[in-house]
Amino acid sequence: MNTTPVLQKPLDSSPAAIVPAQAVTLHVNGEDHTLQLAPWTSLLDALREYLDLTGTKKGCDHGQCGACTVLVNGKRINSCLALATVYQGSDIQTIEGLGTEEELNPLQQAFIDHDAFQCGYCTPGQICSAQGLINEGRAKTVDEVRELMSGNLCRCGAYTNILSAVMEVIDRQAVVNNGTLTTIPA
Amino acid sequence: MKQTIAAPPVIRLGTDYIGKPVSRVEGLAKVTGAAKYAAEFNVPDLLYGYVVSSPIAKGKITRIHADEVLALSGVLQVFSHENVPSLAWFDRSYKDDLAPGGSPFRPLHDAEILFSQQPVALVVAETFELARYAASLLRVEYAAEAHETDIEKKRDDGYEPGRGKSGFMPPPKPRGNPNEAYKNAAHQHEAEYIHLAQHNNPLENFATTVEWLGEGKKLNIFDKTQGAMNVQQYLTKIFGLSKEEARVISKFTGGAFGAGLRPQYQVFLAVLAALALERSVRVSLTRQQMFSLGHRPHTLQYLKLGANENGGLEAVHHAALAETSQFEDFTEVVVNWSGLLYQCENVKLDYQLTKIDANSPIDMRAPGAATGSFALESAMDELAYKAGVDPLDFRLLNYAERDQNMNKEFSSKKLRECYHQGAARFGWEKRNPTPRSMRDGNWLIGYGMATGCWDATQQKAAAKASLTADGHLMVSSASNDIGTGTYTIMTQIAAQTLGLPLEAVTFRLGDTELPEAPVQGGSWTAASVGTAVQAACQALGKKLLKLAQQLADSPLQGAAFEDVQFVDGVIRLNEDISRRVGIAELLDASGEEKVEAEATTGPNMLKQQPYSMHSHNAVFVEVRVDEDLGTVHVARVVNAVAAGRILNPKTARSQVLGSVVWGIGMALMEESIMDHGFGRYINHSLAEYHIPVMADIHTIDVVLVEEEDDIVNPLGVKGIGEIGFVGVAAAVANAVFHATGKRVRDLPVSLDKLL
Repeated sequence: MNTTPVLQKPLDSSPAAIVPAQAVTLHVNGEDHTLQLAPWTSLLDALREYLDLTGTKKGCDHGQCGACTVLVNGKRINSCLALATVYQGSDIQTIEGLGTEEELNPLQQAFIDHDAFQCGYCTPGQICSAQGLINEGRAKTVDEVRELMSGNLCRCGAYTNILSAVMEVIDRQAVVNNGTLTTIPA
Repeated sequence: MKQTIAAPPVIRLGTDYIGKPVSRVEGLAKVTGAAKYAAEFNVPDLLYGYVVSSPIAKGKITRIHADEVLALSGVLQVFSHENVPSLAWFDRSYKDDLAPGGSPFRPLHDAEILFSQQPVALVVAETFELARYAASLLRVEYAAEAHETDIEKKRDDGYEPGRGKSGFMPPPKPRGNPNEAYKNAAHQHEAEYIHLAQHNNPLENFATTVEWLGEGKKLNIFDKTQGAMNVQQYLTKIFGLSKEEARVISKFTGGAFGAGLRPQYQVFLAVLAALALERSVRVSLTRQQMFSLGHRPHTLQYLKLGANENGGLEAVHHAALAETSQFEDFTEVVVNWSGLLYQCENVKLDYQLTKIDANSPIDMRAPGAATGSFALESAMDELAYKAGVDPLDFRLLNYAERDQNMNKEFSSKKLRECYHQGAARFGWEKRNPTPRSMRDGNWLIGYGMATGCWDATQQKAAAKASLTADGHLMVSSASNDIGTGTYTIMTQIAAQTLGLPLEAVTFRLGDTELPEAPVQGGSWTAASVGTAVQAACQALGKKLLKLAQQLADSPLQGAAFEDVQFVDGVIRLNEDISRRVGIAELLDASGEEKVEAEATTGPNMLKQQPYSMHSHNAVFVEVRVDEDLGTVHVARVVNAVAAGRILNPKTARSQVLGSVVWGIGMALMEESIMDHGFGRYINHSLAEYHIPVMADIHTIDVVLVEEEDDIVNPLGVKGIGEIGFVGVAAAVANAVFHATGKRVRDLPVSLDKLL
């Protein structure tokens, strides 16, 4: 039997030192929270593991899927690629801050009406991304929305319904079953 | 109870919910972020486990330098084969309900490496950041051995699998004389069709949070799974836990597409750590580790079709060779469809496996059918051109009125209507039959079509219905909702059966304390759990009728259950709807705190035995291919599906929309590329394993063809999670041929194959 030893380089005599946790204050959904975090804690992990704001999802942790999208000062970012400590002093908005069960954001209502999700895992990221898109003010047509929402993966494949929900909020338009756009009567 | 109550006012609530496009009942929880998935139960004093994966595909672990990371303050333990406590000894203890033949993989069992990315250690620490860091420092030494991960090198090592996993149907025996018939056929076609491995890649990574309850070994296990019951029985056998100790909970599942049918290794590791450390533990896999959980197997398919001068199919030979692991025989039904979909007297079907040094494959949406239909429907397209017949006419010409594999009638089959309605909606008649004949500027336009088929099955399931004095109906079954709409359709069925408003009904699932249900898969949940829910509500209805008849001067005196209807919040006589009792008033008058009923249902074997039961679809696709760049755009898809009764056209349509997206992914993008040097999938991330994004998806038109079937189950449903996906990849590839004149037989149809 041919065997090849596979070796990793040994560690130095002492393992790399653990940097002590430091106080980080985050302004999330209108409230300040001070946390003790290791400096390499991502904003995503800070939200999910330390603030129990689990509406923001982890799908890849590499900025490839968009499930972790949150709004920072109104702009959409991938919170998995953001270090929490960098966002001290910023206005961070998550899905929990975008609307409540009693008072839904128009996008949240449109997502329900258009069945713009199945498993629901990408949904908070899709909604935050769509809100960021609306804030940017540059998407007007379906093709623009398709392009500018393409950073948010949906493995269930709800794209046509997500498009419909977003178009309704942007321009009171909906994609009907034969795929064409129609204006929703006021 | 001898009390008189006044007849309630007539209110039309409209409680006939079945077939209505009801919005998802759990929608509010999903759009507000309130829905909790497995890794989101932030229980107190939680520890984090991080998995260390093997970099080699075959060999042995020779040393694990656990001491080095245990020296870090805050690291509690490094679990590996060196220190795992003794667990169940026999293979059978590790077999879950969906385990194929062979010996299941046992995490941290010994020093043996069976596949790349095999979990070799779990580092447990006080925080996630620390666990991840410590895992990155853990040195593991291996003695690597030569591996073989290339199915192409194992072409001659195929073998026929044994019985396979439950539900696997080996190919039927050959019929007629396929060799002779092929030789004499006026039109012949033979070719090989290939796709590489593909990964389920649900957007939620697999994760488990184990809550240590501090009462003996009692655990709440929040797991990402398609079957809480299956996970529970797996854990109880391995860890010697009782059912009370191992409660598995799975309220929301962020997609799974088959990957959650079997217990995955993170649940084993999280339970192991929680029991050993007597603490709550969470283990989440990374996206990279998601590529170690099983996959649609890399499959080679050989098709040989012969037709007579009129285009009648004379011979079918379909052979498949699929990879499996060294330790299990993963089987799926790949070739049987080729003896079922078309009328043909001479058929030979072969299915073989070959072993490579990779993890066992796992079911991935429409397992087997997606693979087989790509080959069969591509080959049918090729033969149609050779015979000079329109591909749609070719299929109609060879339409199967009977299941020749089983020699049985179909319980129902509206495939012909799928063809006609789909073609009309699509505008198939505008197709110029000549390849590369339709264009729009630089775009080459192609029209392609294909057919799909899937099984309509029902499994044993149980449900409980409980109506409380406040008028609320709680219905429960340990099923799951992976995004399919289970919560919603079960609520609809329960509300309609008892004539209650939707808002008064709650459906609970995903908890082993609820009545037993099968794993959510195979498109059988609507049929299986739906029938149980309906039966439990009917049983409850019978109790309510009895109570109503105990009222003094009951307007329902002497009526049998069949004589009454539950509508708009009342029980009323079929013959005289003015004779009625309000359910709320009845509960009030009866003084009962709650009325409950349970039911267990299963398929009516006697009734079903003479029939073959399937759903069908016809897919029509328009592609636009850039003549210079070879980029393929799927401009338009019409998917006509006949899947029995549609319980909710809104959620059903979404299932088909998603299926089309999956088909486009399979046709144009998805492939897990094995680097045979390392024996590892090299594109193990969502940046490199491509799935469609919104910009890739254009017009999708779903046609839900009416189909009645009183054989399949009392509800008449066939399930819709997989059928919409079958045939899509072939339809896209066929459209690409029509656009370009280039036939691509190895998926995905990437631009380099068109230039």
